[in-house]
Amino acid sequence: MPGIEQSGTARDAAAPAAWRPGAAGPLRDPAPLLPDTAPVRVIGTPAAAGADPETARLLHRSLVRGRRFNEQATALARQGRLAVYPSSTGQEACQAVAAAVLRPGDWLFPTYRDTLAVHLRGVPAAQALALLRGGEHGGWDPRRWRTAPLCTPLATHLPHAVGLAHAARLRGDDVVALALVGDGGTSEGDFHEALTFAGVLRAPVVFLVQNNQFAISVPLARQNAAPSIAHKAVGYGVAGRLVDGNDVLAAHQVVGDAVARARGGAGPVLVEAVTYRIDPHTNADDPRRYRSDAERTAWRAHDPVGLAEDHLRAAGLLDEETAAAAAGAAERTAAEQRAAFPDTPPPGSPEDLFTHVYARPTAQLREQAAAARAGAAAAPREVPA
Amino acid sequence: MTTLKDTGAPPGTAENSAPLPRPAATPMARALNQALRDAMSADASVHVLGEDVGALGGVFRVTDGLAAEFGEDRCTDTPLAEAGILGTAVGMAMYGLRPVVEMQFDAFAYPAFEQVVSHVAKMRNRTRGALPLPLVVRMPYGGGIGGVEHHSDSSEAYYMATPGLHVVTPATVADAYGLLRAAIASDDPVVFLEPKRLYWSKDAWDPEEPDAVPPIGRAVVRRPGRDATLLTYGPSLPVCMAAAEEAVRADGWDLEVVDLRSLVPFDDETVCASVRRTGRAVVVHESSGFGGPGAEIAARVTERCFHHLAAPVLRVTGFDVPYPPPLLEHHHLPGAERVLDAVARLQWEQG
Repeated sequence: MPGIEQSGTARDAAAPAAWRPGAAGPLRDPAPLLPDTAPVRVIGTPAAAGADPETARLLHRSLVRGRRFNEQATALARQGRLAVYPSSTGQEACQAVAAAVLRPGDWLFPTYRDTLAVHLRGVPAAQALALLRGGEHGGWDPRRWRTAPLCTPLATHLPHAVGLAHAARLRGDDVVALALVGDGGTSEGDFHEALTFAGVLRAPVVFLVQNNQFAISVPLARQNAAPSIAHKAVGYGVAGRLVDGNDVLAAHQVVGDAVARARGGAGPVLVEAVTYRIDPHTNADDPRRYRSDAERTAWRAHDPVGLAEDHLRAAGLLDEETAAAAAGAAERTAAEQRAAFPDTPPPGSPEDLFTHVYARPTAQLREQAAAARAGAAAAPREVPA
Repeated sequence: MTTLKDTGAPPGTAENSAPLPRPAATPMARALNQALRDAMSADASVHVLGEDVGALGGVFRVTDGLAAEFGEDRCTDTPLAEAGILGTAVGMAMYGLRPVVEMQFDAFAYPAFEQVVSHVAKMRNRTRGALPLPLVVRMPYGGGIGGVEHHSDSSEAYYMATPGLHVVTPATVADAYGLLRAAIASDDPVVFLEPKRLYWSKDAWDPEEPDAVPPIGRAVVRRPGRDATLLTYGPSLPVCMAAAEEAVRADGWDLEVVDLRSLVPFDDETVCASVRRTGRAVVVHESSGFGGPGAEIAARVTERCFHHLAAPVLRVTGFDVPYPPPLLEHHHLPGAERVLDAVARLQWEQG
């Protein structure tokens, strides 16, 4: 080990000033990033008195439509008219809020359980559910609806939301990206990397974690040892917020504030919305193997649609006309779903397999498309010398 | 030279030195740098991102000077997280930018593999053409530079086996420039494999008037010959050219050398025309043989040229072993001697 004589430098017991996150800005103090210790609630609290009546009515209508959408899609899956349906029953408040807080120019990044949010954003049911029908992998034009395709590999769409938000900001556009993810998805590496990038780039992005308590069968206790999922955000320099995801007014307020914060350039936000998946993971799942009826019943008593109704009733906003309008909208949604998927899917054309792999099909794909059309082996014809 | 991560240009290269008389002997890394610079100048939507691509200019200096010239928003040092880099680039491309991602080394690209396979390769298809991803993933690949573990992989077979990607690899300075410009201009995602032991190989090349090169998807005959065809690409092209010269001297064989340039799309036409002409073929690459690129190429050639073949299509490849330590890599890498040994086994006595 070189001594003072060799190096010619005197020892200094204090380390040089190290770089710290936010050394030049307001992020040095973690307090503004920390979530509340209990989920924010509005319904049934004094804050409910301050809720905007028109917003409450609109959100309630979305919840009633959403519940009906989930019921109808589940029925379509049972009838074979959808290949599968991962229901968001019980999570309708998160779905409604995700659609409600975004402007048309903002972007939504949904997962396979978020077709309701996609539909509430305006995408027709036939397109929103097309992937789950089984005839195609997409369904809608992402640029037209500013809604990314449903993402099935968990959390892998989160960096896309960061990149899109970053690109929009580089172009000087007023765009926020809102990405949906589940509690299980927060264990994936892409969640970590997306939050790292979001924090470093200060991208205008909001991560809405729907903590529905289960990753298929595995409960959150086996998934997470952090004080809450919202607390994870702090380690990335991202603001963490914790909200009751079944309280649509609270979720609307917290997620809306998060979007406003991101839009204003104050950096990304992660919102953990505590909710519960009432239905099985998909129609092929058997939840009796991993959770009790009593638990489900307890969450039924904290149902987002019921809570919203309670609020409207208490505020004197649930007149007959409002209830009828919501029910009517729900039935129109269900009728649209039934009309979109009248029967089992027709077999697609073989050409469909080849058309969009590349901008222009390669010679090999042109050969294979011709073979598929003819029902022939995709083998070359070799002419003897 | 034994390196870990920071493999800068060796001392004494022409890189970064004063301009030489044109057309000067230019290293491949410099041509790649010029391609990035010209693409960024021509199109404001082209963004470079990756690890150490900013102030350092990349560990191979391919992004040298770009951050200074175009700003940190156009050439961005990212956190050290490959899935995050590529995933962020996907989002940028979704918004209409043309990201060019640098993966620092072949084997460090694996964390991004899910993004490549599940999103980059599929986005156009799953959106029925509505959301193409015009992005390039640049990847130094292959061995021969004395790199320690995880610095010398040839991972092209994984990308070739992933429909939706173009897989391109230059072997000459002119192609390095021309193919990278074409890759950046492409509306499809391109995995651009840069043979790292050719970064400092030089050709006469004029950055003011770069040679026009054939588009992505075309192979070229680098050396015409009558007796047998060597099918190769990237770092093995110089090996095959040397083998062909040696063959004339030692055995009198006149070997044709085809540089594939693009593994996907694959140029069956040029390859098969050559093999039908010569009647014999050897595929040469660094990547392992079993399930490797040569297996596909040999099968394609056999399916299409069977009646023209005087001998089975042979392969000269890296062995089916994890990439060896630097002091042993010369045993692994196909050299001219192994190529000529394969040529000698092409059943000449029956021909």
